Amino acid sequence: MSMDFASGKELYRLCREHGIAISEVMLRRETELGMVSEASVRERLARSLQIMEAAVHEPLGKPRRSLSGLIGGEAWKVYHTGMADGTDDPKPLCGEALTRAIAYSMAVLEVNAAMGLIVAAPTAGSSGVLPGAVLSLAELYGWPETKQMDGLLNAGAIGYLLMRNATVAGAEAGCQAEVGAASAMTASAVTELMGGTPEMCFQAASLAISNLLGLVCDPIAGLVEVPCQSRNAIGVANAFTCAQLALSGITHPVPFDEMVDAMYRVGRSLPWELRESAKGGNAGTPTGCRWAAGGCSADSCAEGCGAGQTEDARQKQDG
Amino acid sequence: MNYISVFDVIGPNMIGPSSSHTAGAVNIALLAYQLFSKPVAKVDFTLYESFAQTGRGHGTDKALLGGIQGFGPDDVRIRDSYALADEAGIEYHFLWDDKTKTAHPNTVDIRLESPDGQVQTVRGESVGGGKIRIVQINDIDVVFTGVYSTLIIKHTDRPGVVAHVTKVLSRHGVNIAFMRLYRDFKGGTGYLILESDEKIPDDFLEEIRENELVHEIMLIQI
Repeated sequence: MSMDFASGKELYRLCREHGIAISEVMLRRETELGMVSEASVRERLARSLQIMEAAVHEPLGKPRRSLSGLIGGEAWKVYHTGMADGTDDPKPLCGEALTRAIAYSMAVLEVNAAMGLIVAAPTAGSSGVLPGAVLSLAELYGWPETKQMDGLLNAGAIGYLLMRNATVAGAEAGCQAEVGAASAMTASAVTELMGGTPEMCFQAASLAISNLLGLVCDPIAGLVEVPCQSRNAIGVANAFTCAQLALSGITHPVPFDEMVDAMYRVGRSLPWELRESAKGGNAGTPTGCRWAAGGCSADSCAEGCGAGQTEDARQKQDG
Repeated sequence: MNYISVFDVIGPNMIGPSSSHTAGAVNIALLAYQLFSKPVAKVDFTLYESFAQTGRGHGTDKALLGGIQGFGPDDVRIRDSYALADEAGIEYHFLWDDKTKTAHPNTVDIRLESPDGQVQTVRGESVGGGKIRIVQINDIDVVFTGVYSTLIIKHTDRPGVVAHVTKVLSRHGVNIAFMRLYRDFKGGTGYLILESDEKIPDDFLEEIRENELVHEIMLIQI
């Protein structure tokens, strides 16, 4: 029987009929439609995990500035001030799991902004959420590589449905389609990895989409740096929260497929300024405009300063 | 609808920061390099619209310069592509044209020149998620994406070329997925583009070359 599916409903039916997890359906679909062996899928997943491992850890040892100078070093700060380090002070406000996941997710965006190697998941701008969550939990609970792969496969199934039935492009539907999608994928993956049922995975994903519905894409100077990096942190926090809600038996009244559609329709109704054009939101503020290399234009800038780049911003970029 | 693999979702593996402005730029330049199939002595890049406006912050220039040195989108050497180009003695020039309008906002023209003065120009568009298409070769409009193995045959627009090429391909059992013809004007220069799902064996290219209307053959393997 075919393991292909075109909706959450169909995916759920396959899980129930075969008594298998979402990750297992996705693995079988991949070998069937991709016409490849399970071994070759696992080989590629191992490579993805390897890249993710390097990306979450590298900036903690060696922080690097981005090309523009807007970001760099944030992951190190979160990790070293937020984690318990033998002393009682300061206490990690978010607990060890989430603090580590946040630091890791921000680390990936740091690597990305400094022209390092990352795995888009589903996009470069949202590439920190999934590895941040899966790898921090894997370290905490000692999960083997095969279980981490299950996390990627489960997330891949949810992400595929979002790509197929909506979009994961910020230019089309805002940040809710990028970090929102990554967060939904991750919420579902974490739910499965923590022992939740496929039903709970869909609940977690629906809640995650619902929570970030309407999130705009407003990158300062058009760069994948601010607010993208801290949005990845919130994507992880949202994923953990929604996974916990689902694992606690809390449900969202709107089914997953309808939430995917809702996200798409909200995205299409966002004005162009808030869909990756770097003209609205953070990017459209006077300060955001000053960071834009080409200077700002009066019609896009709230104050119409028209000053272009300040000496201060230019020096920061050069340094 | 095209099959979406788990690696289309959890992927591509790429050098950041942007799938369209970095990974896509590498892919365009890499295809241009593969089409040229000669050593590169000199290269001129002209970046348009969004590529010109935000390319510097996205490392689009490094990505392009890496691509014409044969680096793929996940090659960490992209970060050092200027130094590596200098080392290899490649002369490069960038023109950031943020005035000219193009059909797609992420567009680049690449002019490659070999040590013996042979020149080829390619226009590419980065259409999102690292995916690209080549829309011009030597100022003739074409369209292909590099997703499939691609055979490109530059020829004189006169009867018999297509029949000759397809006959050779069928004799060697190559299944053609897509085939398109382009030309600058009637009787002028044409490009025949054939795409296949499989690797195209290259041992029959000499047979294709036997037709005097065929000038040049370019082959890109997936």
